[in-house]
Amino acid sequence: MRNFDYQKPAQESEAIRSGQTTGARFIAGGTLLVDLLRLDVEQPELLVDLSALPWRQIEVAADGVRIGALVSNSDLAEHPAILAGFPALSQALLSGASPQLRNMATVGGNLLQRTRCAYFRDVAVSACNKRKAGSGCAALAGYSRMHAVLGVSDQCIALHPSDMCVALLAMDAVVHTRGPDGERSIFLADFHTLPGAHPEIESALKHGELVTHVSLPKTSFSARSAYVKARDRASYAFALASSAAAIDLDGQIIRQARVALGGVGTKPWRCMEVEQALVGRPATREVFQAAAALAMSDARTTEHNGFKVQLARRVIVRALERVGGVL
Amino acid sequence: MTFGNVGRPVSRVDGPLKVTGKAQYAAEIPVANVAHAVLVTSAVGRGHLRSIDTRRAEQVPGVLHVITSGNVPPLPGAKKKTDPNDRILQVLQEDEIHYPDQPIAIVVASTLESAQEAAFLVSATYAADELHADLMPIGQDRYKPKKAGPSGDADTKRGDVEAAVNGAAVRIDQTYSTPVQNHNPMEPHALTVVWQGEDHVTLYDTSQGIFAVRKKVSALFGIPAANVRVISRFVGGGFGCKGSPWSHVGLAAIAARVAQRPVKLALTRQQMFSLVGHRPKTIQHLVLAADRKGKLLAVQHESVSETSRFDEFVEPAAVVTRMLYSCPNVRTTHRLVKLDIPTPTFMRAPGESTGTFALESAMDELAVELKLDPLQLRLENYAERDEGEDKPWSSKSLRECYEQGAARFGWSRRNATPRAMRDGCWLVGYGMATATYPARQSGSSAVAKFRRDGSLLVQAGSQDIGTGTYTIMAQIAADALGVPLETVTFELGDTIMPETPVSGGSQTASSTGSAVRLAALALREKLIATALADPQSALHGLKADAVLLSGGQLTAQGQPGKQDSLSALVARSGGSEISAQISSVEKLERAQYSLHSFGAQFVEVRVDEDTAEVRVARAVGAFAAGKILNPKTARSQFYGGMVWGIGFALEEHSVRDARSGRVVTRDLADYHVPVHADVPELVVLMVDEHDPHVNEIGAKGIGEIGITGISAAIANAVYNATGKRVRDLPITLDKLI
Repeated sequence: MRNFDYQKPAQESEAIRSGQTTGARFIAGGTLLVDLLRLDVEQPELLVDLSALPWRQIEVAADGVRIGALVSNSDLAEHPAILAGFPALSQALLSGASPQLRNMATVGGNLLQRTRCAYFRDVAVSACNKRKAGSGCAALAGYSRMHAVLGVSDQCIALHPSDMCVALLAMDAVVHTRGPDGERSIFLADFHTLPGAHPEIESALKHGELVTHVSLPKTSFSARSAYVKARDRASYAFALASSAAAIDLDGQIIRQARVALGGVGTKPWRCMEVEQALVGRPATREVFQAAAALAMSDARTTEHNGFKVQLARRVIVRALERVGGVL
Repeated sequence: MTFGNVGRPVSRVDGPLKVTGKAQYAAEIPVANVAHAVLVTSAVGRGHLRSIDTRRAEQVPGVLHVITSGNVPPLPGAKKKTDPNDRILQVLQEDEIHYPDQPIAIVVASTLESAQEAAFLVSATYAADELHADLMPIGQDRYKPKKAGPSGDADTKRGDVEAAVNGAAVRIDQTYSTPVQNHNPMEPHALTVVWQGEDHVTLYDTSQGIFAVRKKVSALFGIPAANVRVISRFVGGGFGCKGSPWSHVGLAAIAARVAQRPVKLALTRQQMFSLVGHRPKTIQHLVLAADRKGKLLAVQHESVSETSRFDEFVEPAAVVTRMLYSCPNVRTTHRLVKLDIPTPTFMRAPGESTGTFALESAMDELAVELKLDPLQLRLENYAERDEGEDKPWSSKSLRECYEQGAARFGWSRRNATPRAMRDGCWLVGYGMATATYPARQSGSSAVAKFRRDGSLLVQAGSQDIGTGTYTIMAQIAADALGVPLETVTFELGDTIMPETPVSGGSQTASSTGSAVRLAALALREKLIATALADPQSALHGLKADAVLLSGGQLTAQGQPGKQDSLSALVARSGGSEISAQISSVEKLERAQYSLHSFGAQFVEVRVDEDTAEVRVARAVGAFAAGKILNPKTARSQFYGGMVWGIGFALEEHSVRDARSGRVVTRDLADYHVPVHADVPELVVLMVDEHDPHVNEIGAKGIGEIGITGISAAIANAVYNATGKRVRDLPITLDKLI
């Protein structure tokens, strides 16, 4: 870890001002950033600690829920309004990390979770476009069992590892930010960026811009939602493929659907082709399977991660079965 | 002459110290004026270090020294092996790079943070050569090592395998492989080094073999072994990677010598994947031939494993096949391939864990082929003697293990047809396998001291790697001398104490336990003799066999009034203690026998029909390992082995990048071991066994047998659940989907 300056502002305005400094990084729970500091992947000159800011509220209103950026993953997962109204989100959070990490990790931090790509995390590997723009990508021809198959580019196949974001995507979440240019509201679908030619850019956030809260609109489908995660061990493992699914049923007929995938994309991945194939159809395993078969058609696999195509379709079916009353 | 402590489930005596954080580990030893060392390692895996720039690192405030090959003191002993189990170290004596993450510099600073920051600022350039870091099924030069581990020859042969295979009704011919694994004890390798002048040094190390560390440091620096003191009171897990001293031990000692200050060094988790050994990858070719009834006619087991280019370690995977079943025609071979990797090493049940995966998977395949119950197949081929060594067993209770394990597990409820047992979306499978591990014993020594205050102090160099050594040694000593357990203190982990073997090979109870018992018995004799010769003793003039010793009291047989206490005896002797020291050797009659523990593992797995996720639902292990000294600590050892078996079968895999040779799964998020949710109810059955031949205490050793057989039992259960045979570990869902 390199030496750095440290500030802990008490005011939002002060935090935004400090965040403008070149080489400044915000830190909240620190569950990832401290890790990357120790590995020398991150070398900030200034850490702006957000933990004194008053963004730890979960506010429930008639039209939805507003979640402060500093709410811990644990608190969010256990909140009655989330358990009842957005079960996929609770399940996604509880399927991630460990209780100790969830107690520290925040909603804002989780939105900005960095990839687990081993080549990104090992600074002795010189080729990583995400770590050093233009340096190449060691993962492309490397060991890529855990890497993304959707949204990849010739510059980067790093996976977005968050579980929470997959559920948020299926819940039509909106990210609210504040920066030197004022406030913004960004749909979660637009929040994360594809690597393209610039894998070093991972989100729509500008330098010094802060996530203040996330809002979840109350919808007809969010209460009937589930998160299913396939992984290498029963707990404390990143997804090999995961799916958040939500449906609104009219009797046996699907009125609306949301299907998102994790563990397969360079960003949390929404499967509109699957959603469209579900609408107007009965909630049966056969319908779910036919719809899920449409997912992953754009997958670009490597010699190590081809299994994700099949696996992703199966977790979609499993998640739909959970919410469709089939299981 | 037991008084009931041995065999009792005594809680571990070091437990309270550990759970309250009072047990001090090697990196926690408080030492004044200590400096901190951090290793800088190579980015390339083969080639030469062309240049190294330390200027930026040296400018970091607090940095004292940056030691490289350019300024390191020469150590003529660096390239020598002190014995076959020793490893050749890389202690900056050359610029050649043999493997990725080889140490190329040490930064020493007054704070850990300064040393860590400076370590990132050391920059190096290399002349990198093409490397090969993966063992392949074909196309690599294989050579025959001189030996296959400590257990014998590289190759063995009995009968005529080829003829028997050709004439057999049923044949299995398959190749199995086990991956590179890393030990990853919770406590990383660490030490605190304090030099006293130029030629005396004390190392607080975390080690399974403090005397090997003493020997190595003595050889490295060319100083007498007597000048090297190694202390290792607590070890946070070893599993084999702390069995031999590695490069960092020499480097920490160099750092302290150069800095002329005490130095602490702890490896990072990432360095644990390269600098302290690993279980080598194996590729094992098995041929089994049998008649229609399942009688084995021939077994051939050819194992290939990887080693480094500069040193040799053999994973003796085919050794179990020499003795596990009765079979007239058996051939086993071991070959090595040299790769650009660090030297592999012992890892819990080296050979038996990897070898039983292959052999016991092949046996299951044979059972499927024969439509025979896998347990029945094993009973058909039960070895009544060791046909490889051509010796009788000192004891063998494997049949009882099969029976008790099968009964407890409910093996008879198994449906042999794959995919026939289900529970919702889970396919259910049952599998079993045989477990085995040799009952080793090495020469050891111990001293027992009865003190004026009525307490017994027993010491032996040794190590407690979390197995319960502190506890069982006190139990053995208390019973041998006839004193209450509460009055016994057992000390270990210091080379100023009597010399003992490495805590590896499941031999500490057998070796040092025997020495402790003999030392306590010798002390008993000496105390009685002292009383009989003492005119002030009520027992003066009696014969030794007319005296009883119990509860710290000497009593004349049949005359309860005639008594003398041990503490009074010591007081009258004028000294502070009366002591006896013993050096024990391997029990002579052992040579006439083949000595092994045996067991049977039964496993139920669940495989998700859609996602192919595999979870172990329950497991029963039945083990016969001679006298169980302490069922509580023993059960933990068996549990630990079985839990690791789950990781071995389903999770553990150190992946190397094919181009750089660097380990890609270099932390505990990417290198999976079982978490609590992976570990279901485990049942351990300890099968009664009396073995009068194995050693003085009748115990065979239990540290490793728990991890043998179980990975095959899991793979066999996965076959039973899914109809898919996975022959390449770990069994991850991508191999099943």
